[in-house]
Amino acid sequence: MPKVAVELTRITKSFGAVRALGGVDLMLAEGECLGLVGHNGAGKSTLMHVLAGTLRPDSGSLAIAGEDVSAHFSAATASAHGIRCVFQELSLCPNLTLVENARITHRALKGFGWKARARKLIAAKLDEIFPNHGIDVDAEAGDLNIGQRQMAEIARAFTVTDEPLRVVILDEPTSSLDAVTAKQLLTFMRREVAKGVSTILISHLLGDVLDHCDRIAVMKDGKVVAERAARDFTRNSLVAAMGAAAETKSVRQIRSRAAKISTEIAVAATPETAGRTASLTVNKGEIVGLAGLAGHGQTRMLIQIFEGARKPGGATKVAGEAAFIAGDRQSDGIFNLWSIGENTTVSSLKTLRRGPLIAADREAEMARDWKERIGIRTPDMNDNILTLSGGNQQKALFARALGSKADIVLMDDPMRGVDVSTKLEVYDMIRKEAEAGRSFVWYTTEIDELSHCDRAYIFRNGAIVAELGPDELTEDKVLHASFAESA
Amino acid sequence: MTGMWSKLRQQPWIWSFIAMIAVWLATIIFTRGQGAGDILTAALSFATFTIVIGLGQMMVITTGPGNVDLSIPATITLSGVVAMKIMDTDNARLLIGIAAALGVSFLVGLFNYGLIRLLRIPPIIATLSSSFLILSTAISYGRGIRIKPPPMLDDFATAKVLGVPVAAIFVALLSLAIAIVLKRTRYGRTVLAIGQNPRAARLAGLNVDLTRFATYVLSALLAGVCGIVLSGFSGGAALNMGEGFLLASIAVVVIGGTSVAGGRANVPGVWGAALFIYLLDTMLNVFGASAGIRLIMTGVIIIAVITIAGGDRAQRS
Repeated sequence: MPKVAVELTRITKSFGAVRALGGVDLMLAEGECLGLVGHNGAGKSTLMHVLAGTLRPDSGSLAIAGEDVSAHFSAATASAHGIRCVFQELSLCPNLTLVENARITHRALKGFGWKARARKLIAAKLDEIFPNHGIDVDAEAGDLNIGQRQMAEIARAFTVTDEPLRVVILDEPTSSLDAVTAKQLLTFMRREVAKGVSTILISHLLGDVLDHCDRIAVMKDGKVVAERAARDFTRNSLVAAMGAAAETKSVRQIRSRAAKISTEIAVAATPETAGRTASLTVNKGEIVGLAGLAGHGQTRMLIQIFEGARKPGGATKVAGEAAFIAGDRQSDGIFNLWSIGENTTVSSLKTLRRGPLIAADREAEMARDWKERIGIRTPDMNDNILTLSGGNQQKALFARALGSKADIVLMDDPMRGVDVSTKLEVYDMIRKEAEAGRSFVWYTTEIDELSHCDRAYIFRNGAIVAELGPDELTEDKVLHASFAESA
Repeated sequence: MTGMWSKLRQQPWIWSFIAMIAVWLATIIFTRGQGAGDILTAALSFATFTIVIGLGQMMVITTGPGNVDLSIPATITLSGVVAMKIMDTDNARLLIGIAAALGVSFLVGLFNYGLIRLLRIPPIIATLSSSFLILSTAISYGRGIRIKPPPMLDDFATAKVLGVPVAAIFVALLSLAIAIVLKRTRYGRTVLAIGQNPRAARLAGLNVDLTRFATYVLSALLAGVCGIVLSGFSGGAALNMGEGFLLASIAVVVIGGTSVAGGRANVPGVWGAALFIYLLDTMLNVFGASAGIRLIMTGVIIIAVITIAGGDRAQRS
């Protein structure tokens, strides 16, 4: 019997009327990787915040290595006991360099020469986890793209100075990573587990969880509803345990829509980020993917198209209005002080007017309508946006763009933290909207998602290096094109 | 009752009103009830000016960290001088004078935003340096001669209905309009959105540049209105007439519960805070405090109110 690293007993937590955790028991052994899955708002992140000491549970107890610490548990105690976490909402200070950020979690890095030691520490760990990462550790965190920030945050969580490294919580760690870096991380995680570190992996990518975890716990409505060895689960039984509508097979839906897509051109653009590059066109009613390794100019392409729609007559031709769905919702998407409703309607204010003023009833109606259509889990759309879990915030951003009149919808890897059944609903919505004549430009780090696209462009170093047709959107081809020297 | 109180306590403006009433009560207890109504009337007359410019400053501050309009006092002066000189004590020239004063105020707003946007100068520096230019213009144009306001403007600025200054009624309507604009127009929502996250506002399809421009122009126009009416109220334009309005415009915004970090505006709070500051001054006068003591007490009491209110902790941390 392996030793117990952490044990949570009957943990409850409520936020106002919403019960996020309804008596959760969870045990983690030393040198074990536990997968934690469940829908948006099932309570996964809340539970992990309790374990990390950043949220105080209403009741229940917590023991680390057999020692009951519930009485005075805080983030500092958690850290002293070797609990590290990488949360969905990344926590690096944007105005500090990565080296300085490393210092924040390591009090031991002090005195003369702390900077050199911190630099060595974080750079070595980045090299170890993500060989050839190309991240400058002296860059300010705010200047890195979301994928690089996530890599830095993960590396920081695994660095060791004076405090032990016992448990690492990884909440959607691969959501902003491309296939290659995600693989590097999961391989590294297994190596650490073999050394005796325990990890908790939260992910909506069930394949990752099934392949890399020893044991899987399924959460639903604030409770653990199933807990078994990973090998006893299959993809389908896992989805069934989450209580979702059975996942349709992720076999490519032969879209055979080519005939239906109009020949009218909605977007014609050439990336401004590279000298030698191919161009991009999007037809009306088409779903076009942007792929390649994360952070190679896809987001900038989307913003270029977005700006092109606002300034007619430029080099980037866009026929119609464009809406942007942020993947980096903290910095590009949500308005923290506003309600869920206000966040949803902000791009549609022109159409919600009666005379010169925004009509309160029509605004409330739109919010209610989208709460139903996209299934935002909240008792009241007038509650603040931050009362929602990450995935539900993302749904509000989808509602904002899909509810607007935009002819072209630009999606910046928008499925970060969104659960399987919502994803399927959104894919469905996108397809219907495309058939109705809306065009979609979709940057994704999940190669599987490209199966919903009609075509895809592969980006490398800011340039478009390949265009793949519907039959070529396989992992092999995409990865091959991402790395191949451009012709 | 307790339900209503707990709801009221959530409002960031409530503390400025409580402070205002407390100061007023302290004053009339000291005078044994004498002049209670007169003190309020006087407070309303004077606070009106602070409220007008406070509303403009509130809109600017709401557009986010770093945004502030320091050219308000200079604009008040320039507008007052231009209005008085063009009106030349003649009722018939009243409208031309108003148009000219608001015209130069508009140009001030345009100039400020030009510095901020085209030359990328931080607003605090841009509006501070433009205020020197504006004040110099006022000095060379007005040549320091005090010209009396036309009788109609004088009458309007000092008229009262049942003890309530007419100007205050107009400012109340203006405040109501601004509150509605903030809550129920695309422009107002954009101001609030920019203050929270300008990048997200742009990506949500809102027009960030136009809205910032309009906000700096609005602030300048309100300062212009203040300059015109203040000239009527105080018997003419003077080159020092903007004095004291710089600190006041920012203080009423902050005490009134508007977030200095942007994204959250509060119209009633501006009223409570402006009346509070004036009544505080009156109280210290009535108590017979010396000038030095008055200044110290004003500073201490303002700090105390902001500390006690503390509703919006995020803005102070």
